[in-house]
Amino acid sequence: MATETPTIVTPPAAGSRKRPRYRGINQLSAVDRVVVGIMVAVPTALVVLLVWFPAVGSVLLSFTNWNGIGDVSRAKWVGLKNYTDVVTIYPPFVPAVEHNLIWLLVMFALATPLGMLMAVLLDRELKGGRIYQTAFYLPVVLSLALVGFIWQLIYSKDQGLINTVTGSQIDWYGDQSYNLWAALVAASWRHMGYIMLLYLAGLKGVDPSLREAAKVDGASERATFFRIVFPVMRPINIIVLVVTVIESLRAFDLVWVINKGRNGLELIATLVTQNIVGEASRIGFGSALATFMLLISSVFIVIYLRIVMREDQ
Amino acid sequence: MPRPSTEAEYLASLVPPSARGFSRRALLRGAVGAGSLLAVPSLLAACGSGDATSSSGASGAATSGATGTVSLGSNGSDAAPKAALQSVIDSFQKANSGLSVKINTIDHNTFQENINNYLQGSPDDVFTWFSGYRMRFFAAQGLAGDISDVWQGKSNMSDALKAASTGDDGKQYFMPSTNYPWAVFYRKSLWSSKGYEVPKTLDDLKTLGAQMKKDGLDPIAFGDKDGWPAMGTFDQLNMRINSYDYHVSLMAGKEDWSGDKVKAVFNTWRDILPLHQSDSLGRTWQEAAQSLQQKKSGMYVLGAFVAQQFSKGAEQDDLDFFTFPEVDSNIGTDAIEAPIDGFMMAASPKNEAGAKKLLSYFGSADAQNISVKADPSVIATASDADQSGYTALQKKSVEFVKSAKHISQFMDRDTRPDFASTVMIPAIQSFLKTPTDVDNLVKSIQQQKLSIFTS
Repeated sequence: MATETPTIVTPPAAGSRKRPRYRGINQLSAVDRVVVGIMVAVPTALVVLLVWFPAVGSVLLSFTNWNGIGDVSRAKWVGLKNYTDVVTIYPPFVPAVEHNLIWLLVMFALATPLGMLMAVLLDRELKGGRIYQTAFYLPVVLSLALVGFIWQLIYSKDQGLINTVTGSQIDWYGDQSYNLWAALVAASWRHMGYIMLLYLAGLKGVDPSLREAAKVDGASERATFFRIVFPVMRPINIIVLVVTVIESLRAFDLVWVINKGRNGLELIATLVTQNIVGEASRIGFGSALATFMLLISSVFIVIYLRIVMREDQ
Repeated sequence: MPRPSTEAEYLASLVPPSARGFSRRALLRGAVGAGSLLAVPSLLAACGSGDATSSSGASGAATSGATGTVSLGSNGSDAAPKAALQSVIDSFQKANSGLSVKINTIDHNTFQENINNYLQGSPDDVFTWFSGYRMRFFAAQGLAGDISDVWQGKSNMSDALKAASTGDDGKQYFMPSTNYPWAVFYRKSLWSSKGYEVPKTLDDLKTLGAQMKKDGLDPIAFGDKDGWPAMGTFDQLNMRINSYDYHVSLMAGKEDWSGDKVKAVFNTWRDILPLHQSDSLGRTWQEAAQSLQQKKSGMYVLGAFVAQQFSKGAEQDDLDFFTFPEVDSNIGTDAIEAPIDGFMMAASPKNEAGAKKLLSYFGSADAQNISVKADPSVIATASDADQSGYTALQKKSVEFVKSAKHISQFMDRDTRPDFASTVMIPAIQSFLKTPTDVDNLVKSIQQQKLSIFTS
């Protein structure tokens, strides 16, 4: 514990020079020490209990076979069997990984820039801007499950809006060549509003004098945005990056509402759920899938941490 | 009279037969009367519940001391089953003034998905469930209560029903309430206007299907968005092509899924797949049923619950069914699918006597009469249930189930749930997507089956 406290610095108040040099935790009063101890211990305990314990537990369970009934001692150690099963004889796994990556790519290359575009347009305070702002932001307030139901009314083959209006007979949610993209449109619709709001906040925070200076120098609108405003918003960009990655990796509820993540809508998260939740309870197998998800997430966590660390330097 | 297991029964046995009368209800009154005479009703209630080591015999006597509250977990979250259950409970409470039932309705899907946690947590004393492997599995895991004593002396249930309620250890864990057959449903008015006749063999079905296509109909309505309805078609074909016995042993994991017999099922299915409504994977069974109701489809292979999509009265009367046609004349059509719904008791209920009493009531004609009246797509399992008010469809269902030689439950009730939901649903859906690649499909099923059944 003592090693974690040097960050506490004595206030350099006037006339405090006569005070003895800071001697670490020993200098604190007993009450302060208890407070510091609790402040360190409680969050640590929470992180260990709610993050590390389940994470390590899942990884351990992934080497076992257990139906979730009775206590964990009934889990049978099977080594790497679950992992070999996942990659060799479990047909939905490969599509799920692909779909997760497509999801990430679309959110990143399409939904995020679109959200940014909307923010820039709305930032120009056009007439009725608030109405557009509200309209775009509304889907973010709704849960993805509800978003799923709303789009169901649009996509349904026999009774949906698109097919009724255009007279087409496309099975948007059932046909494997369309349903992932249909779901992505619905997910992007929601994601865009979120990104828009983040960028709107960012744009409001940009010092107006920078824009004025650019204008004086004769920079075009484009150049002003890409060379001045965008770089200035670096912290927002990082937040958006993180939000996008998190949103794509945990993509789940929308496809679950559509068809429980089957038939062209497989995602790793839905496979985990299918195996662990419900009567099926293949806890070990589902944990192996979850471990794969953890590994994929870790790649992005490492990238993110590297960016943030570089920022701090 | 068997040895009394509770103090209330003992007290009841002290009342002379002349004062006791003959009916069971009078006997109960006697028990209550004797109890209040001794002024220890609360003590009786305490004895009546939590008596886990009850070894008593006849169902009436086993539960005569029941008082207090019984909690009932119900997955009947839709308006119709919810109201039906409520009226059953109302009549139960009217007949048993000492008992009150607290219904705990849980959203249907949530209930199914959380059943493991539910049963391991603090489950309700009695809960809705299904017969078949699904019931035996939880019984074998020690998550269900033994209700053999409730079954003793139950004369209104056939041996087949008793077998369907029996766990691997030979004890009963399930009380049947209603069931419904799977068959091929159609609208009488549409068929008579077009002059269609019930197909007896698969070839007849193909000829009829071709004719329906000519008439601008989808011959067979089909929706498998939820993943399970198509399992019914597999079951029907498998029982027609490979017999009931093979079906049961396949479901038990004892047969080779990649063998020729399973391939034959998929290949036959592929032959008749063009007769099915296309784009089935984007359609729920309700939407498919509506196409039958709107006379856009000619027939539909589904459970009798298809009637729920038809309005009561004339429209439901227009609904008729026939058994899935014969494929192999050596095997015939005497095996049908008729899943049984009912109730189970928690492993350690808070009010065991009350729970058993309620279960006994659920198995009675009185309770089932109320259920089947509220939902005319199901039929009562009790042989003494009142069938005079049955709709034509219900009457036919009764005959259909009675005349069947073999009754299966349904794929996801007859095999391991983990196999049914994580292997068979994706497998059947991928078959419907690409029906040509049967060899690889069955190989993949077999590999996964080995991994699941042997672990």
